[in-house]
Amino acid sequence: MPDAIIKVDNLGKSYLIGHEVKQSYATMRDVVTQKAKGIAKGVKNVFGGGQLISGGEIEEFWALQNVSFEIKPGEAVGIIGRNGAGKSTLLKILSRITEPTIGRIELRGRVASLLEVGTGFHGELSGRENIYLNGSILGMSRSEIKNKFDEIVEFSGVENFLDTPVKRYSSGMYVRLAFAVAAHLEPEILVVDEVLAVGDAEFQKKCLGKMNDISRNDGRTVLFVSHNLSAVKQLCTKGILLNKGKLCFSGSSQEAIDKYLETNLASEISNNFARIKENNKDIQLVSAKLSDSNSLPRQQFDISEDIHIELTINCSKIVPNLYGYIAIKNSQEEVYIESDTFDYLPNSLENVTIGDNSFKIKIRSNVLAYGTYTVYLSFVSSFADNFNVDIPGDILKFTIVDTETQRGHGRISKTSNLLKWEIQNA
Amino acid sequence: MSSPANFNLIIEPGRIEKNYWGDLWRYRELFYILAWRDVKVRYKQTVIGVLWSVIRPLLTMLVFTLIFSRIANLPSQGTAPYAIMVYAGMLPWQFFASALTECSNSLVSNSNLISKVYFPRIIVPASTVIASFVDFLISFVILFVLMIFYHYSPPVQILLLPFFLVFVFLTSFSLGLYFAAVNVKYRDFRYVIPFIVQLGLYISPVGFSSSIVPDKWRIWYNLNPMVGVIDGFRWCITGGPFTKEIVTSMSMSLSLSIIIMFFAIIYFRKTEKTFADII
Repeated sequence: MPDAIIKVDNLGKSYLIGHEVKQSYATMRDVVTQKAKGIAKGVKNVFGGGQLISGGEIEEFWALQNVSFEIKPGEAVGIIGRNGAGKSTLLKILSRITEPTIGRIELRGRVASLLEVGTGFHGELSGRENIYLNGSILGMSRSEIKNKFDEIVEFSGVENFLDTPVKRYSSGMYVRLAFAVAAHLEPEILVVDEVLAVGDAEFQKKCLGKMNDISRNDGRTVLFVSHNLSAVKQLCTKGILLNKGKLCFSGSSQEAIDKYLETNLASEISNNFARIKENNKDIQLVSAKLSDSNSLPRQQFDISEDIHIELTINCSKIVPNLYGYIAIKNSQEEVYIESDTFDYLPNSLENVTIGDNSFKIKIRSNVLAYGTYTVYLSFVSSFADNFNVDIPGDILKFTIVDTETQRGHGRISKTSNLLKWEIQNA
Repeated sequence: MSSPANFNLIIEPGRIEKNYWGDLWRYRELFYILAWRDVKVRYKQTVIGVLWSVIRPLLTMLVFTLIFSRIANLPSQGTAPYAIMVYAGMLPWQFFASALTECSNSLVSNSNLISKVYFPRIIVPASTVIASFVDFLISFVILFVLMIFYHYSPPVQILLLPFFLVFVFLTSFSLGLYFAAVNVKYRDFRYVIPFIVQLGLYISPVGFSSSIVPDKWRIWYNLNPMVGVIDGFRWCITGGPFTKEIVTSMSMSLSLSIIIMFFAIIYFRKTEKTFADII
């Protein structure tokens, strides 16, 4: 057995977060002194370089704690866990974007991370120029890029537009070019985060194929973070499950997925989702609810009822080419409905205004069969690189029952389409 | 970067600190390419493109010459026409102003890179200064055109100009580096910089020679690091005696710039680890 290529030992990362201390100020003087103290602290920081924490009460928050594992060369490892489990923090530490607070990682090889396809693309530059720019940002040397230039262009299929600024590219071309550059990196360790959240089905297939090539045929080590469990299952041999910053399980990918589903089902996804707007997100889902046709909140629906999904999307910057993606999945992560805002033109997300926007999505009655479903949501833009758009993930959960028909829950079909027998006797 | 099989990398707290300068060398290609990008996109989608770097100092020079020489009747320095004297001060000032502005915003405007890829962060502000430097060199050409126009032959000390190029680079980069780092945390500086640049144009000896500043104010006046830089530049181009005032202001600027550089690097290094978390 060869030596580990990645050895993570007791890794931890903590952040200090501040809480606003609620105080009722008695006098004007108190308010002034409090404000003055805050400003004095800020000014001291400008010269001293301390950590930026807002709020009076400071708490240490461990995004990752006591994480240890080993990965052998050539393994494809899926890292799974719920939002906030510490997956992204782990990848950020691995790709050296941020330093761990304690612990140690040994890596035997170059690491290239694809935290998002198209990192560093510049809209004003041509495709050709962006290949060089993006390549060197991802860690390729100029001679390497030169050698692979033709291959990259061929893979991307944008030969005719090489000298056009990429801001004039269609979103498909943009993503294809970006992925083509990334796919021709030749690091020993490739770190991939959620690339599959963008692009159409065909492109996703191509990405998966290429990643499969990289791990199976070239014997490179791939670390893959995704919410798409079937992609993890397909691609990875091993799985690591994180929960609340701690390592829950490390073993075969199938076992990790099973464990994840067990814990995920017990999680608090319900018919109501709400969170506080984060300042760094340009587009963010702030609330989502399920309701019936009378706008009453519901978690359980009969097959004969329409299901309404009400979304509130906060927009702090207009993001061009923004579109929304929604998927309805069963508990095995099989997708039953997949749709995006281009399905009904014009794309309604083109018309969002700054501030809160409300949307309503209707799932017609007699579509989904008896069972439990989760709603997956993401926002995508071909210019996602320059904007921080939200990928809320699995946000809502509901069940469908069939209490009115005679066959009821005994119906084994995957939809609840009821067919009518009409007599046509002359 | 080659990729030998025994390439070893260890990540632990404080490790980036230790490998810093080595990493900087390893990432030099990224530095070239980012500088090239900044130069390249500077005048994209503009009608007159690079002409902007000529028009801006030229127009400012015209206005300054008109106001300070014709209306305020201030004396020139040495034998040079007033226009050349103004332009000789305008050059380092414009470079300083644009380098400072671009540099201070560089980290924030490249936040997508910073939060997604590792590299020594100092590359980003450094590459923007290079882009401003290219502009500066272009506006330099106009100086020679002006000299021909006025039939003015520069003194022999113009050969010392390269030293002052390094000098103005140092001053601009040291302040820019500091502001870039602070700007990541406190976006106040986005509002402070234009203010500094605007005010600085009038309190630095750009439109006039620093010799008109009364002696008792000189020592305080020299606290502005650009005073020595501009004095030195001007001395190279317009000639005149190498007075004690010029020596004082230059040595003061130089030491100030070196001190600022020193603290800026310390500050930058100290805060850079957290850039990705707070940008």
